[in-house]
Amino acid sequence: MTTTMKGKQVFDMLKGELASAIVEVQDECLVVKPAKLTEVAGFIKHTQGLEFDYLSSATGIDYPDYFEVVYLFYSLEKNHRFTLRIRCADKADPVAPSLTCLWMGADLQEREIYDLLGIKFSGHPLLKRIFMWEGFEGHPLRKDFKNGF
Amino acid sequence: MEIKSQQSSMNIDLHEGRLIEELKRSSCEMMPEPSEWLDEEIKRNIIVSTVDKLLNWGRKTSLWTETAFTACCTFEFISLSSPRFDIARFGMEVLRSSPRHADLIITAGTLTWKMAPQIKRIYDQMAEPKWVIAMGSCGISGGIFADSYSVVPGYNRILPVDVYIPGCPPRPEALMAGIERLRKKIEKKSFTKVD
Ligand code: SF4
Repeated sequence: MTTTMKGKQVFDMLKGELASAIVEVQDECLVVKPAKLTEVAGFIKHTQGLEFDYLSSATGIDYPDYFEVVYLFYSLEKNHRFTLRIRCADKADPVAPSLTCLWMGADLQEREIYDLLGIKFSGHPLLKRIFMWEGFEGHPLRKDFKNGF
Repeated sequence: MEIKSQQSSMNIDLHEGRLIEELKRSSCEMMPEPSEWLDEEIKRNIIVSTVDKLLNWGRKTSLWTETAFTACCTFEFISLSSPRFDIARFGMEVLRSSPRHADLIITAGTLTWKMAPQIKRIYDQMAEPKWVIAMGSCGISGGIFADSYSVVPGYNRILPVDVYIPGCPPRPEALMAGIERLRKKIEKKSFTKVD
């Protein structure tokens, strides 16, 4: 049966600098500083016993004070899952690091988040709209989006 | 040889003379009713009608539908085209993948702005005369997605719609009623009078 790893469990495995990258330890997930995301994600991908070789989903949330990006990982090897979150405090120009360097599958998901929420992913190979057409104004899943038509 | 050709030219003259005499004789008689001189075979195969009736009859009984369906309403159309509801009765069972062959576009489904240019293009490619049925709330006004950022609020924003069929989705019976309306509309068209 698929199990879900506890935030505490994973946090205890992180050492030194990586441990200081964690903002908050939640029951079944860790909130990471955006700047350190690729390192923490690389760690949980390559560490023995975690081996999260599959990024099953990435999505974004618009909160009043910040944007959150949620990454759901799964390990085909160990049959367990885990969640990482990052928070982009800058609501005017949110930027997050791209995970395409570790999981190529992040490509389309990040484009979707960029298209609908306007979070930019630095390091993404081809960050352009995916659902809306070029020339569309605004990002429709933002809470402050007004439909102009 | 010389004599022979004279003889044959004589024959032609005789034949001509007979024809003229016969015509002269018959010109003094009353002209018979067509039903008397038409032979039986032709009588059974001629219908007297007006141009309007004939062309409209042809158009309304062979409404070939373009296969350009965008969302869930399509399933009601599929059900209509299957034996239970059987649109073959109206001569509509032929679904055309090429707009050049189609007369009717049934807008079964939600139309997104991204799909809109394709639908418009299909419509433009269809040959005149052509008709549009807006099927379902989405086809009429965008339905529950009317306020959405991605949905066209009604096909009539991009195509001239002839008949509207409300419902989400409309049942096949409703679709048949809509098609009946369209047939009535086609019947009214006149080719000989200027509107
Ligand atoms: S009217 Fe209803 S059934 Fe038809 S396309 Fe819209 S949502 Fe689907």
